[in-house]
Amino acid sequence: MAPIIQLDDLRKTYASSEEPVHAVRGVSLTITKGEFVAVMGTSGSGKSTLMNILGCLDRPTSGSYLLDGIEVSKLSRDQLSDLRNHKIGFVFQNFNLLARTSALENVELPMLYRRTPLSPAKQREKAMAALEMVGIGKRADHTPNQLSGGQQQRVAIARSLINDPVLLLADEPTGNLDSRTSIEILGIFQRLNAQGITVLMVTHEPDVANYSKRIIVMRDGKIRSDTQVAKRFDAAEELRNLPVETTP
Amino acid sequence: MRLQTSFHTAFRALLRNKLRSLLTALGIIIGVAAVIAMVGIGNGAKKQVEDQVAALGDNALMIFAGSSSRGGMSGGFGSAGTLTLDDAFAIKRDIPGVQGVTPEVEGSTRISSGNQNWFTRLNGVAADYFSIRMWNFSFGGPFEERDVKTAAKVAVIGKTTAVEIFGTEEEALGKVVRIRNVPFTIIGVLAPKGASFFGRDQDDTIVIPYTSAMKRVLGTKTIPRITVSVERGKSVAMVVEQITSLLLQRHRLPGDREPDFTIRTQEELTTMATATSKTMTTLLGFVASISLIVGGIGIMNIMLVSVTERTREIGIRLAIGARGSDILMQFLIEAVTLSLLGGLIGIGLAFLAAALIMHFSPMPVYITAGPILYSFAFSAAVGVLFGFYPARKAASLDPIEALRYE
Ligand SMILES: Nc1ncnc2c1ncn2[C@@H]1O[C@H](COP(=O)(O)OP(=O)(O)OP(=O)(O)O)[C@@H](O)[C@H]1O
Ligand SMILES: [Mg+2]
Repeated sequence: MAPIIQLDDLRKTYASSEEPVHAVRGVSLTITKGEFVAVMGTSGSGKSTLMNILGCLDRPTSGSYLLDGIEVSKLSRDQLSDLRNHKIGFVFQNFNLLARTSALENVELPMLYRRTPLSPAKQREKAMAALEMVGIGKRADHTPNQLSGGQQQRVAIARSLINDPVLLLADEPTGNLDSRTSIEILGIFQRLNAQGITVLMVTHEPDVANYSKRIIVMRDGKIRSDTQVAKRFDAAEELRNLPVETTP
Repeated sequence: MRLQTSFHTAFRALLRNKLRSLLTALGIIIGVAAVIAMVGIGNGAKKQVEDQVAALGDNALMIFAGSSSRGGMSGGFGSAGTLTLDDAFAIKRDIPGVQGVTPEVEGSTRISSGNQNWFTRLNGVAADYFSIRMWNFSFGGPFEERDVKTAAKVAVIGKTTAVEIFGTEEEALGKVVRIRNVPFTIIGVLAPKGASFFGRDQDDTIVIPYTSAMKRVLGTKTIPRITVSVERGKSVAMVVEQITSLLLQRHRLPGDREPDFTIRTQEELTTMATATSKTMTTLLGFVASISLIVGGIGIMNIMLVSVTERTREIGIRLAIGARGSDILMQFLIEAVTLSLLGGLIGIGLAFLAAALIMHFSPMPVYITAGPILYSFAFSAAVGVLFGFYPARKAASLDPIEALRYE
């Protein structure tokens, strides 16, 4: 299998006012197409820092990062923008949707920045399909403040997928959600993963991590352990087993 | 990003904060309106001067007492007292091609009729004056050479004066007015001419024979100005030359001495008058342009605030793949849209102001395409210029920093 992500001795040091903070100190890692990886670790262990670098939102201080065969650390600002636009989908803990902008328009947004623009009608159609796919087609014209956290995260996922990325990155995507909604979101990830999208997700909860196929644990900016998930949870099944009272 | 989409995004952002957008554009609105209205006022004045000087006839010329280079001009035309009535007679008698000649004396005076009083301009002229100035009559007619010879107590008055004292123009005809206690009979009411350059009302006047003015009212012996009209088809330059040598000879000035009079043809007067009003127009336009710049600074200020406020939005856009140039365009288009909308509203406001000014004052406002295009282009330039710095600031934000911004 072709590696989607290949890290070699990746480091990130923040030059703060007092002493430099070594947030990531030598991570080497290979993730191949079709994997579903959960990144765990204590607070401050460098998970978000790593994810931001993987998402081309930030640059490493040293080391190499090959994304789908491209050496990212040598790319220009604009080239990184283009990678974020069509190779990577990023899902944030706090959703990061544009306020006072409808769900549909939020999902359309990445298409506006495509180097090969689509017709407005085509954009609308794709965005609508993506919203249907994450199960909130009926809320297309709602703005984020008219949506629940879980619904907002669905919009964010639809947005991250709109330009058909090869890699989906999610930094604590269920951090702000209740357990049922979390499982629903994880169900979407599992479905996408089954369709061939590589998923990388940061989480604090072992339960959440168990929906993935591989768990990486970080500590002090380094990988502590890297294990395959033996008994993987299936979101669809878990949802069926949930007590009926909690169903909305 | 498509330009069309960028404009759409900009409009949305501006509509989201309608009041703020309006207040931000206010500087530009006022600036553009000021430029257009000011230049319009300047142009109106210019056009009026041109019309007036043209009304003098292109065959007219004026002789002023005093030399043009020795304070004659700066001290006011005709203040030197070197022209005499005999000069005027000599010109009429001796220069071929001269059609009409009128000495002109003037002063300000109080006139009265019954218990009505009015302070107005007094003009003492010859009978030729009305044909030289091409000034017609609403009622009655001009006085004649005979009246001038006898220093008759007859007067012709302007519309404003007539209305102020007698209520209507018709009423004035045949009535007696006292000019410094000397009774004059009104034999004509002049057709209205409107306001002059710098807003003086030309119809606020009373015109009497110069002989009467000099002897009975003003008590002067010299005349400040002689106006001459040249026969059609005769060369004005030739007449100027002949008058010059005649006056030099009459004033016994050897050829190397500077003449003690100044001759201005209609053409020169036009040039002088338009030069003055051009300067005024330019000055007004310049002052108004400053307000456009101030308006631009207002836009820059709000755009900077807006960039800071929307740091998170910028972070989100960058995170999903917007390039720096996309963000730059977004904010630049916002600034330009703001200034262009301001410009459009300003143009509307200028027309409104012009209508109001013309309604409530005698000042003509003459709006031309030039200042509209100029101020519109200027406001677009202001938008680009003052929007660029905030836009570049937005575009150079680091995606992760922007996303973390609280
Ligand atoms: N912009 C920054 N400047 C300086 N230090 C930073 C910056 N961002 C993160 N750090 C430091 O880097 C280290 C790793 O931070 P990071 O956010 O990657 O941790 P994390 O594993 O995501 O933690 P959490 O689980 O709490 O989200 C921390 O010590 C943090 O203080
Ligand atoms: Mg984190």
